[in-house]
Amino acid sequence: MKEKHGMTLIVRTITRISVWLIFLYGFYIIFHGHLTPGGGFAGGVILALALLNYMLAYGREKTENWININLLHDMESASAILFLIVGILGIAISGSFLANWLSGGKLFALFSSGTIPILNIIIGIKVCAGLFFVVWTLSIFHIEEEAEE
Amino acid sequence: MILYLLCFILLLIGLYGVITKRDLIKIILSLAIMEYAANLFLVLFAYRKGGTYPILEEGREIAMMVDPLPQALVLTSIVIELGITAMLVALAVRLYQKYNTFDITKIRRLAG
Amino acid sequence: MIIPYLIIMPLLAAFLITLISGKGDTWGVIFSILTEITLIILSVIGFILVLENPLVYNMSGWNIPYTITLVMDSFTGFMLVIVHVIALLALMYSVAYIRHLSKSWKYYALFMLLITGMDGVILTGDLFNLFVFMEIGLFAAYALVAYGNRPEEFEASFKYAVMGSISSTLILVGIGIVYSVTSTLNLAKISEVLATQPVHVVNWIGAIFLVGFGLKAAAMPFHAWLPDAHSSAPAPISSMLSGVLIKALGVYVLIRLIFNVFGFNAIFSRVFLGLGTLSIIAASLLAISQWDMKRLLAYSSVSQVGFILIALGIGTRMAIFGALFHLLNHAIFKGLLFLNAGTVEMCLGTRDLKKMGRLGKVLPITTGTSMIGTLAVSGLPPFNGFFSKLIIIIAAIEAGFFSTAGVAVVGSLLTLAYFMKFQRYGFFGDKVIEILDHKPGLGMQTAMVCLAVLCLVTSILVVPQVRELVMDPVINAVLNQAKYIELVLGR
Repeated sequence: MKEKHGMTLIVRTITRISVWLIFLYGFYIIFHGHLTPGGGFAGGVILALALLNYMLAYGREKTENWININLLHDMESASAILFLIVGILGIAISGSFLANWLSGGKLFALFSSGTIPILNIIIGIKVCAGLFFVVWTLSIFHIEEEAEE
Repeated sequence: MILYLLCFILLLIGLYGVITKRDLIKIILSLAIMEYAANLFLVLFAYRKGGTYPILEEGREIAMMVDPLPQALVLTSIVIELGITAMLVALAVRLYQKYNTFDITKIRRLAG
Repeated sequence: MIIPYLIIMPLLAAFLITLISGKGDTWGVIFSILTEITLIILSVIGFILVLENPLVYNMSGWNIPYTITLVMDSFTGFMLVIVHVIALLALMYSVAYIRHLSKSWKYYALFMLLITGMDGVILTGDLFNLFVFMEIGLFAAYALVAYGNRPEEFEASFKYAVMGSISSTLILVGIGIVYSVTSTLNLAKISEVLATQPVHVVNWIGAIFLVGFGLKAAAMPFHAWLPDAHSSAPAPISSMLSGVLIKALGVYVLIRLIFNVFGFNAIFSRVFLGLGTLSIIAASLLAISQWDMKRLLAYSSVSQVGFILIALGIGTRMAIFGALFHLLNHAIFKGLLFLNAGTVEMCLGTRDLKKMGRLGKVLPITTGTSMIGTLAVSGLPPFNGFFSKLIIIIAAIEAGFFSTAGVAVVGSLLTLAYFMKFQRYGFFGDKVIEILDHKPGLGMQTAMVCLAVLCLVTSILVVPQVRELVMDPVINAVLNQAKYIELVLGR
């Protein structure tokens, strides 16, 4: 019964620990997007993979209890709006869309390069939620299909 | 030159797959091959002999870096391809639900 | 500066709709219609402004080699006005029409993304940015074609997506080659650098883009996806796809690239003439044999795009006027006819011409407006289609392309033939129909009447004074390559 919704105990135990490590790595990639390779998209993909890892190990129902799907959905739309708002603030403050209206700061410092880290975080959330929903929706398709037959 | 030629052959393999294969999933995979070939083209165009990776770090010169712009373009196009591939897979699943087959020769309600 | 808002607003509306609306579509309708009304006002104001002084906008405050440029000259403004007029009317129509399919906000969010894509393609002055916006628009189009959840819609959407991806890949390769030749992606700079390159390089690059964007414009050898996609989509989407999408992504980009960037020469002219002739004749013959109402209209779209292509191939000032005028007219009457077909499909539950009958009693507005649309598309005076076809034929004779003029005349006659069939079986058949499945809503009827009126009103563009005021700046923008470079690079 339990095996139907997820994988074995070994996989689950390891996933429970490794999910947080993957999260950490994803956040690292996002926050250092303006200094090292990676950034919002790559980090967001890693975050989404952490969520999907959990989903594969525990099954859909437990994932639904673990993360708030509706909240994730709202975060996906809200992050796109936030991106546009940061861009429009650029028009308001510096006169052109997406202009870097924060001060640049020091080169190679973590808090530098103006709006780029903010945009990286926003993109990270967007990509994480978006990619997770792509796989999530495809898995819903599969269940409906079984129900039809 | 040989690299460009191989890359072009990869593109043609993808195109061949899209045109001749009957299985929906194989068509999607062939499209992916084609798109990878296009991305490889872009990265190859940016390559400069003896060039290094284009990341600004302390104590590195800009002069020897390869052109970063096509790499940025490739990242963008990969994102787009991700979206299109997801869309195609979703459509393929729905088609399977409706027709119970992945064979395009049996999915022929539209003709003429 | 109004330029960035033309792209920001529909994008913002799309995500606001997904965020705010819960299950129903109320917020979707409100937001999308408000956005569309604002956009129409913005684009009309923009068009009037840029008739005098074209505008250039640099994103993020960078300067030309690093920035993404948005260019708004009179040609851009002209296209934007067409897109937004058709989009607003299609949106008005879809409120009633889509509710009988499903009550979901997803339709409106996707519709706004479609608008974003088209606006971006039209406004951008950067080759890769054009590609990105094109993909946004196409992605929304794939999803919207499959919106009705029927098997044939998924099939059409899959076919469309595969063909679209192939052409996009070709365009991407083309962009790579352009970048390797010119080391820039800004259209004006590309134009400047390519002028110093040997002609065969320009022609090969042009060939790749012709195939890529020819697939999007559905010129004849590349047309296979169009009849499926346009006939299976929900009616307002068919009218958007046929009316503006193939023009914004296909014809507009071809005109911009060939005339403003690569430079028009004899080889491009011959290719345009060949594609156009093939499209007109073959698609008309295929359209005559169709019994599916929307499929007939879809083939007719291919053949009408052929008229635009031959006019571009002739390439004189008069011919460009004919091409742009026909582009506008085709957006209006094909939009109208697809909406008519959608109404008939909704009310009778079938698209088969053989199962239809006399509809004059039960659907008086649909019958009347479809009559006007038919007369316009077949080229009968005083409707707009007559004037644009006449101008194309006169331009062909003036420039000495007598066989092309002959093809255009034969094409017009064939158009008349298959639209006679459309009218005879679709609206004036033998069987008298009195009972309808659904009643057409008020929004649907208003949209159809508006488009029918536009069919008559746009004929006014042929009056010399109006033409000088409105169309001449547009034609200048198309034909004057040096001015485009000067405008963007600011020299």
